[in-house]
Amino acid sequence: MPSSTTPFEPRVLAGPPASAGPERLIAHDLRLGRLPSPSERRNLTAVLDSSGLLGRGGAGFPVGHKWRSVAEHSTGNAVVVVNGAEGEPRSAKDGTLMGLRPHLVLDGALVAADAVGATDVVLYVGREHTEAHRGLAQALAEREPDPNVQMQLVAAPVGYVAGEATAVVHYLNEGDARPTFLDARPHERGVADRPTLVQNVESLAHAALIARFGADWYRSAGRLATRGSALITVSGPNQRRTVREIEYGTTIGEIARSAGGAPPGSTVLLGGYFGSWASLDEVQDEPLDPVSMPEHGLEFGCGVLSFLRSDACGVAATAEIMAYMAEGTAEQCGPCVFGLASMAQATRRLSSGVAKGDDVENIDRWAGQVLGRGACHHPDGAVGMVRSALAVFRDDFASHQVRRRCALNRADMT
Amino acid sequence: MAQTLRLNPIRCDGYGICAGVLPQRIRLDEWGYPLIDSSPIDEHLVARARRAVDACPVLALSLRRDRSAHGRANSGADEPRLSHRLAGQPSAIGS
Repeated sequence: MPSSTTPFEPRVLAGPPASAGPERLIAHDLRLGRLPSPSERRNLTAVLDSSGLLGRGGAGFPVGHKWRSVAEHSTGNAVVVVNGAEGEPRSAKDGTLMGLRPHLVLDGALVAADAVGATDVVLYVGREHTEAHRGLAQALAEREPDPNVQMQLVAAPVGYVAGEATAVVHYLNEGDARPTFLDARPHERGVADRPTLVQNVESLAHAALIARFGADWYRSAGRLATRGSALITVSGPNQRRTVREIEYGTTIGEIARSAGGAPPGSTVLLGGYFGSWASLDEVQDEPLDPVSMPEHGLEFGCGVLSFLRSDACGVAATAEIMAYMAEGTAEQCGPCVFGLASMAQATRRLSSGVAKGDDVENIDRWAGQVLGRGACHHPDGAVGMVRSALAVFRDDFASHQVRRRCALNRADMT
Repeated sequence: MAQTLRLNPIRCDGYGICAGVLPQRIRLDEWGYPLIDSSPIDEHLVARARRAVDACPVLALSLRRDRSAHGRANSGADEPRLSHRLAGQPSAIGS
């Protein structure tokens, strides 16, 4: 167990403290050494396969596999989109990484461009992430232009769906950051109709380290079957939002204890607004692992752990998230637009003491109707979250519906 | 090869005509949007399915022969359906 293992040392966040701001090129090169030359990393995709690196945008798709699917369609004309949209409200890890280690992200983009056969890199960074923009702009200015790869920093629109892969491509092609429903996937035909790799910034940072130190090094971190490390964002009522790097297999209980703000009876939102609620007492020993968590009905997602104290109302917390998800649809697919709005309104009625007699049953039924019926997975994410809320806060929901009041007489009940 | 129905949910505006033409495979949810059975269409329903496709005023419905007809999520493509925020596949969905 933890006490007998070597303490985990950060990897993508190794280096100067956060207070030092974005790491400069000279410090970055001194600390990590220069990237191996393209000829030395010719088999990088295979190395990524053996490293087991999983994508960090939320889906956990194997990175090597994704790069290969782009490379197979590329005739040297592919595009790499560095996805730093980070629209998840509870996540701060991508913005932090871009703001503090911009050169590691750029290194990752370069090795990806080389591996998939790309001539262009687009840094697609949420416009609200000002420190990330500053860090990346400074990093780009510090570098000699690469004759083979053009790099461009783009401000992504704010919004939950703006980071979805087809929405990213749509925005870069037509200025419209809404998902599309086309036969061709981005890896076949994406930005400017070219094969396009849309990859999360943290995935690329890990790839940049694997390019230097290899698959075995990457696999030397991790406690269980899923190897390596991951950035997580921890938040809760008692602590401000913090970004940490953990090795996979670290338990949720360890994070709760070190965060210091999650007394017994607390609940935790795992994976963000697309994730799942869980009772902290029940998941204390659950390892943070994107492969095993879904087997237990939990989500690692983009690494969000957001704690809610037992004296805070789960119905109110759920209402807040559902309202955000309903507001954040692309307003394209009817079942998502109307279904999420209906679920959000019912949850709001429950939380504010004006519930109708069948609101809970309706939310559950609507959830089943909405699932899988969008062009993207926005409705599915909301459904997973709300269903977990109905289970974890079952008594709360029942009290709100039947007695039209919060069981705890909480102050947030209006 | 058997044919299947595919809906483009972005195009669909919930006219609901399809459900009237092919009630055997399409019904409407409470907001008026079609819930479609995407399993292969029996031979005796193919002509009717084609009429449902033709009846859609916004061309949201199509008949597919290829394996990807079940929707892109099952099309065998290498890439995940999503990236970034939209990617966390809640377990409640199953797979």
